[in-house]
Amino acid sequence: MNAFRDAGHLFRLAGVFAAGVLLFLVLRSFLVPKSFGEYGHYRGNALAEIAARPVNFAGHETCETCHADVLEKKRDGKHAHVNCEACHGPLAKHADDPSSVTPAKLDAAVLCVRCHEANAAKPKSFPQVVSADHSNGLPCDTCHQPHSPAIAAEPAK
Amino acid sequence: MQGVEGFMYPNEVELQWSVLIVLYPFLTGLVAGAFILASLERVFNVEAVKPTYRLALLTALAFLLIAPLPLQLHLGHPERSFEMYLTPHTTSAMAMFGFVYLWYLMAVLVLEIWLDYRRDIVLLSQSTTGVTRLIYRAMTLGSSNISERALHIDERAGWLITVIGIPSAFLLHGYVGFIFGSIKANPWWSSPLMPVVFIFSAMVSGIATVMLVYMFLTWSRKQTIDMRCVDTVARYLFYIFIIDFTLEMLDLIHRIYESDESFRSLDFMVHTKLYVSHIVVQIFLGTVTPILLLGATQVLNLTDRARKRIYGLAGCLTLIGIFAMRWNVVIGGQLFSKSFLGYTTYKMGLVTREGLLTAIVLTVLPLVILWVLVKLLPPWPERHTRPDSVIAHAR
Ligand code: HEC
Ligand code: HEC
Ligand code: HEC
Ligand code: HEC
Repeated sequence: MNAFRDAGHLFRLAGVFAAGVLLFLVLRSFLVPKSFGEYGHYRGNALAEIAARPVNFAGHETCETCHADVLEKKRDGKHAHVNCEACHGPLAKHADDPSSVTPAKLDAAVLCVRCHEANAAKPKSFPQVVSADHSNGLPCDTCHQPHSPAIAAEPAK
Repeated sequence: MQGVEGFMYPNEVELQWSVLIVLYPFLTGLVAGAFILASLERVFNVEAVKPTYRLALLTALAFLLIAPLPLQLHLGHPERSFEMYLTPHTTSAMAMFGFVYLWYLMAVLVLEIWLDYRRDIVLLSQSTTGVTRLIYRAMTLGSSNISERALHIDERAGWLITVIGIPSAFLLHGYVGFIFGSIKANPWWSSPLMPVVFIFSAMVSGIATVMLVYMFLTWSRKQTIDMRCVDTVARYLFYIFIIDFTLEMLDLIHRIYESDESFRSLDFMVHTKLYVSHIVVQIFLGTVTPILLLGATQVLNLTDRARKRIYGLAGCLTLIGIFAMRWNVVIGGQLFSKSFLGYTTYKMGLVTREGLLTAIVLTVLPLVILWVLVKLLPPWPERHTRPDSVIAHAR
């Protein structure tokens, strides 16, 4: 029919749109995670996926099995309840294979102020210093021992 | 704390929505406004403004292509925005906006432009060479049928799309107003008038843009400006501006009379932090002044030259005023505390991801795209020589 021939370009356009929608549907079937919508508007096995991720932190009990000397020192000091990896960072890889993975050296000048820099939002009972006044630019570990930081306590022992 | 007066909750001190979120409703407003202008010309068949019809469509397209960019730059993970199409969230107004946008872009604007330009595209695909020829060939979709009957069908289909397009354009921008208007926790935004005010201010800004772009392009092509056309567009601008202003004042009077628990706080803000951008720039410079200027051209008997100058000035002031309006809505709504006891300050970044420089680039980019579009699809009437019989037939 004539009208059909003269509207041919519109059918082509409809074809392009249909192809676009089809492409979208194909892409969608690949991109949407399989478990999506199992229980609600999220991935059903989100927890399983997270649980399957590699572990980064070994936990202080693991460290202590090999580094008993550090534990000895730390146990009685003020940092007794500060986890090893809170300062040394995640070291599960090192704990698995200490000979090939050596932990990076820590820089006390940036490490200690992360927790101890004076800030009005911190509880009053938490030990804080204004580092510029307190240490005069010296790295904290020239006077404090990281694993047993209190200075006054030392001579009393 | 610096920049904070009185009592602010901690999460209110920093503004979450930056100048880019101001830009976004400004850009979509231009799109909706330009399209509504084009549609009114088509549906009500206003001959005088014919020269701006195609230009308005191209302007709308150029701004619409850039409109989502400010949002993308605001997002921490822009690549995830695509997921609102993959796994649509039907109860989220913001998520469903993706579909409104797509519908408007693909089903309305691109389609209408294509139908209107099809004859030119076919002719251009035959008269050009090289890469441009390939581009035009692709745009014809392989059909070079420009028989009178085919063009007649295009005309009818285009008309239908325009009729669908008008509510779509209202939806596009009403939606932006809705997003703000439906936030019941924020008394500066929460108002059912918001979508309506947004639509009318969108029309005002869109019409002003098309008028300015038309005058500038015609001037730069060293052609004479069709004064009958510009006069008509300016008259529309004048009328719609009055409606817009009335609505905004209605909103204001309503707030003053209602005087709910937030009123004193908001009133204080308008008289201090927002004084310059709200009272001075938005209301006096950006609304009252252009309305008076446009009104003068309606009442007084001015020369063409004087009218052109006035239209240019009024158009620029209008755009500044509408931008200030978006600013006052978006930024103003975040400056006061929900406790109504404190105020914060917006500190705009300069060369940051959401800073001033980005905003400027995003404002200029649509104009560059428009320039390319105008080169690719010339909107000028001399090229637009459709056989009169076809037009007569279609209507
Ligand atoms: C299997 C035993 C073992 C475990 C578990 C272990 N380490 Fe080690 N660690 C070693 C050995 C051995 C070295 C010395 C390696 C070397 O010098 O290259 C070492 C070295 C280190 C060093 C560097 C010492 C230096 O001289 O620079 C640090 C810091 C360290 N371990 C911290 C930790 C922490 C924190 C943990 C717990 C997450 C941990 N280690 C768990 C055996 C272990
Ligand atoms: C308060 C932060 C902090 C904590 C908690 C901490 N360390 Fe350290 N550790 C340091 C600093 C600082 C150094 C010195 C810089 C370096 O060698 O990297 C250090 C050095 C070490 C060394 C190098 C040898 C040495 O004794 O000086 C080992 C091994 C070590 N730490 C293991 C541990 C283990 C195991 C634990 C948990 C029981 C632990 N650390 C807890 C801060 C800490
Ligand atoms: C992960 C946070 C953290 C880091 C890093 C840290 N500390 Fe501590 N520090 C603590 C905590 C927790 C206490 C125990 C506070 C308490 O007893 O209430 C403490 C206690 C102390 C004390 C004892 C204060 C007193 O009451 O006498 C000193 C000194 C100290 N730290 C110095 C350091 C130095 C030096 C470093 C850097 C090597 C450091 N801290 C790094 C958390 C940290
Ligand atoms: C010049 C030596 C010196 C240096 C360097 C130094 N401290 Fe101290 N610090 C002391 C002495 C001495 C005390 C008081 C004795 C004590 O309380 O253990 C002290 C006390 C502290 C306390 C406990 C304050 C309190 O209110 O109980 C903290 C926390 C502390 N220092 C952190 C740091 C940090 C963090 C650095 C690095 C920026 C640092 N110190 C560097 C000498 C030093």
